[in-house]
Amino acid sequence: MSKRIDVKDLNVYYGDFLAVEDVSINIEAKSVTAFIGPSGCGKSTFLRTLNRMHEVIPGARVEGEVLLDGDNLYGNGVDPVTVRSQIGMVFQRPNPFPTMSIRDNVLAGVKLNNKKISKGEADVLVERSLKGANLWNEVKDRLDKPGSGLSGGQQQRLCIARAIAVEPQVILMDEPCSALDPISTLAIEDLINELKDQYTVVIVTHNMQQAARVSDKTAFFNIAGTGKPGKLIEFGDTHTIFSNPVEKATEDYVSGRFG
Amino acid sequence: MTSTLTPVRSKRSALTKGQLPKYAPYIVLAAALIVGAAILALIGFNAFGWGIVSALLFAVGLVSWSAAVEGSRKAKDRLATCLVVGSFLVALLPLVSVIWTVLVNGIPGLLNPGFLSSSMNGVTGVYDNRAVEEGAPVLGGIYHALLGTVQITLLATVISVPVGLLTAIYLVEYGNDGRLARAITFFVDVMTGIPSIVAGLFAAAFFFAVVGPGTKTGAVAAVALSVLMIPVVVRSSEEMLKIVPNELREASYALGVRKWRTILKVVIPTAISGIASGVTLAIARVIGETAPILVTAGFATSINSNVFGGWMASLPTFIYTQILNPTSPANPDPSSERAWGAALVLIILVMILNLAARLIARIFAPKTGR
Repeated sequence: MSKRIDVKDLNVYYGDFLAVEDVSINIEAKSVTAFIGPSGCGKSTFLRTLNRMHEVIPGARVEGEVLLDGDNLYGNGVDPVTVRSQIGMVFQRPNPFPTMSIRDNVLAGVKLNNKKISKGEADVLVERSLKGANLWNEVKDRLDKPGSGLSGGQQQRLCIARAIAVEPQVILMDEPCSALDPISTLAIEDLINELKDQYTVVIVTHNMQQAARVSDKTAFFNIAGTGKPGKLIEFGDTHTIFSNPVEKATEDYVSGRFG
Repeated sequence: MTSTLTPVRSKRSALTKGQLPKYAPYIVLAAALIVGAAILALIGFNAFGWGIVSALLFAVGLVSWSAAVEGSRKAKDRLATCLVVGSFLVALLPLVSVIWTVLVNGIPGLLNPGFLSSSMNGVTGVYDNRAVEEGAPVLGGIYHALLGTVQITLLATVISVPVGLLTAIYLVEYGNDGRLARAITFFVDVMTGIPSIVAGLFAAAFFFAVVGPGTKTGAVAAVALSVLMIPVVVRSSEEMLKIVPNELREASYALGVRKWRTILKVVIPTAISGIASGVTLAIARVIGETAPILVTAGFATSINSNVFGGWMASLPTFIYTQILNPTSPANPDPSSERAWGAALVLIILVMILNLAARLIARIFAPKTGR
């Protein structure tokens, strides 16, 4: 049900600008991997290359390989749509579809692809996904109301429910808690721990305590200066990164001396 | 504020300056009207001059009073307010005047028996002469023209909306601001400026060449109108598609949804209210075109419900021919009465379309209820 990701010598460009340089990383199946680092160091850009979402931006391209259980995402003839249906994504800002009800938002992945689903199956899927995102109790009485009427934290959990409703192999989260209150954040962190049993989770976060709480492995990205490419500085067990890092830069960052 | 609320306070707040009472503008207005009337009475009274002189007096009076009591900043504020309100009134003047003229002249025509349900077929100058000389009811109506206008506009919409909407989708979703997209944008802008008679000549010449000389039908007129409509539809749809947030497209892609499905099921539904009202306004823009219809559909006095064959009447060409070639040259009054009636119907149609645009926008707008 979940797959591992191996990245080999990946360079990410926006036009001629090298945004992320020479990243190699192995992300284990059924684990939580956190990306930390200062703003603008390319964590989000790198995360988006893992399901080919960066291609949406004109001029963006990559060199190198990203292997999903050995299959190169950037191989010849690979359809980005197939990639994205296996690797789901949750964004920084909650973005429920404004024209759809809460129920339709959860079913969006199914309905937008015109897959046939019976009403009974749909009900089960909606309930399971919303319970999985810790939102069921708050919205079960108003599933037909628009998703945009929810609060910010509820909207983000709705987006997570929408992502897990398509049952992907891997879930990418781009600072999913930056718009949430502490209680919702706690709910999402608990959720990530549960998701780990079924999915591979990769999370970008600015909150180092969060990385320490939820992740098995942590990758630290850094940037030498403006206009320079972002690089992967250190990757290892979360415990090691936070207590006994190899690199000086990592130690400075996790101990709060810069960034 | 506090000083006007509690006028008995002996010591003024340190935070306030002198203030004019709230009713100050009304006092100045009354004074300006009286003084204006007095001045006009000296040089010969007329309502238009009275309005202008009073407005000037009002502005000067209020601003200088304010400058004396409240200081220069407040006075400038009053001056700006006078200019803004004055410009608004000037802009409103022609609109009110047009509506008033058409209402006054059009209602008698509209109230003629059978005005909306009969055509001009068989209505000759004899009947009009009798109407004027013996007081018989004015015969004839605009049914054929109304039918023609509705059919031609409908067909023009059916042609323009798919072409315009698909062009807008190309420009926003696929064009990537490349060379082709920029060329299309440029030519759409050029098309916006095409004089309507040129569009009519183009459609006429095109059908003369393809179908045969002398081809004049409602369909030719519809093509001419769609030449005028397409750029408006492209422009308004493009703007509406552009303001759909990119996050929604990304959210859809991240669910493994194809690009065309994302456009069809996420982008267009989000923008549909704006697109629909843009289309309605484009219709309102072409429904009153006269010249292109004259050269493409001719004009008819009888009912022709086949948009693909035979000459066809429309409201603008009906008005034009009734004024220029009255049914009875000796007694043009019944004809001009019919023309004003048709003009009123045309304005009502446009007004209904504008209201429909608002209604459509409200119905399709993304819901925000809780």
